[in-house]
Amino acid sequence: MKRFFAQCYIWILLIVLYAPIVFIAVFSFTESKVLGNWTGFSTKLYSNLFTGNMQGTGSLMHAIENTVIIALIAATVSTILGTIAAIGIHNMRGRAKQAIAFMNNIPMLNPDIITGVSLFLLFVFLHISQGYVTVVLAHITFCTPYVVLSVLPKLTQMNPNIYEAALDLGATPFQALKKVLIPMLKPGMISGFILAFTMSLDDFAVTFFTRGTIGLDTLSTYIYTDARKGGLTPELRPMITIMFLGILLLLIVINMRKIRNTNNAVK
Amino acid sequence: MTKRSTWALPYAIFLVLFVALPLILIILYAFQDGSGNFTFGNFTKFFTDTDAIETFALSLEVAIENTALCILLGYPAAWILANKNLNRSAVTIVLFIMPMWINALMRTLATAELFHMLGVQLGKGTLLVGMVYDYLPFMIYPIYNILNRMDKSYAEAAQDLGATPWQVFWKVQVPLSMPGVVSGIMMVFMPTVSTFAISEFLTNNKIKLFGTIIQENINSSMWNYGAALSLVMLIIIGITSLLQDNKKDVSGGIV
Repeated sequence: MKRFFAQCYIWILLIVLYAPIVFIAVFSFTESKVLGNWTGFSTKLYSNLFTGNMQGTGSLMHAIENTVIIALIAATVSTILGTIAAIGIHNMRGRAKQAIAFMNNIPMLNPDIITGVSLFLLFVFLHISQGYVTVVLAHITFCTPYVVLSVLPKLTQMNPNIYEAALDLGATPFQALKKVLIPMLKPGMISGFILAFTMSLDDFAVTFFTRGTIGLDTLSTYIYTDARKGGLTPELRPMITIMFLGILLLLIVINMRKIRNTNNAVK
Repeated sequence: MTKRSTWALPYAIFLVLFVALPLILIILYAFQDGSGNFTFGNFTKFFTDTDAIETFALSLEVAIENTALCILLGYPAAWILANKNLNRSAVTIVLFIMPMWINALMRTLATAELFHMLGVQLGKGTLLVGMVYDYLPFMIYPIYNILNRMDKSYAEAAQDLGATPWQVFWKVQVPLSMPGVVSGIMMVFMPTVSTFAISEFLTNNKIKLFGTIIQENINSSMWNYGAALSLVMLIIIGITSLLQDNKKDVSGGIV
């Protein structure tokens, strides 16, 4: 009985939480410009989205492209920078280590808007004209701390003697790095990369403040401007639906695998 | 100290340039007028501007109400999810975590459109409901995590020593889960107090929050006033994070 009520609570909460997204998904299958006005089943919005056959979609496609490219660059650079930094931090002691750990926490604790405003002021102060490069730099700034925090635990778990053993057995430091250290840090690097990638995809405020006035749009800023103009571009409905289903599938697969792995480990 | 500690040097330089210096610039700009002279003018402007003060108070109020609602709705949910007798399905957990991975603007826009279709007048009510929609997963997840990892033997020990289930819950499980609640508060309160686009969507620009004022000033080239407002927000955030540091055990953090 208790179980029944608990399940009811969970599912009612989920239904309410998901109502808006389901609503968008349902209305992605009709052509009407205004949401909530059902004008018959149609997949026209989907075909519009894929063929780019609609007014203003050129810029939507462009915004999606920018979002993905910026996220890929930012995640790659932060993974490299963060991993090297983590190895350094792991080997530091005392004050210096505390100072860098403290600084590393700041971008994670700061609200997006503060990160955005402060970087905006930095670029103004240094007279750097804002655009693609400044957005990428800003994204690296708030992504790298997550990589550092993903890689550090792997370093602590690692037996330091293994690396030393490789050196004793005649490996050059570079070989030891490539054949011993990197493979052991790989899980942390991968989860850091994924975190950084999603953080960058999701960002709105920091991009908004650092993109300058050259008309650079990511998906978030595109949606923002679009919604402020009044009314959502109908083609965003199928796009939200597709992204949503993609993430749902990905998360379920990842989690099922994780749960199966832990179950196997227990056996 | 081994030689490999120098590997942190590039990142240290990066942090100074892109984290420390920008924050110092906020302080510098906040205490300057348009032509670069030292002044307290930006702060006197803020404290004498009733509109700005009211917006500030409203932002704090909305953030506190949102955080409270998220705890009230989220704690029971996290508790049920972490309880093996009440919930065996992993899918429900994934469903609760998933919204964290979806663009917040998209979710907010969907919520606003739903209100629109249902004919609900956009205003403070819809603002709060929409915020709870956006931030509830961020409250549930840390609490669920800590409840899930909690050593079950504490609860069993309390039971063996004669505690009623209610007492076990209030005297053992709730205190032990406090770190999760505190990090949930951090993940909900701070973004709410600093949000700007979300409030515009959910109230159709009727209600301005503090973040919106900062954005408007920065965008209309009132950098100094914008920096001063940002500094005020930074202080609020600083006070909130002190709360976390006191509650958290000393081993927290990355050192």
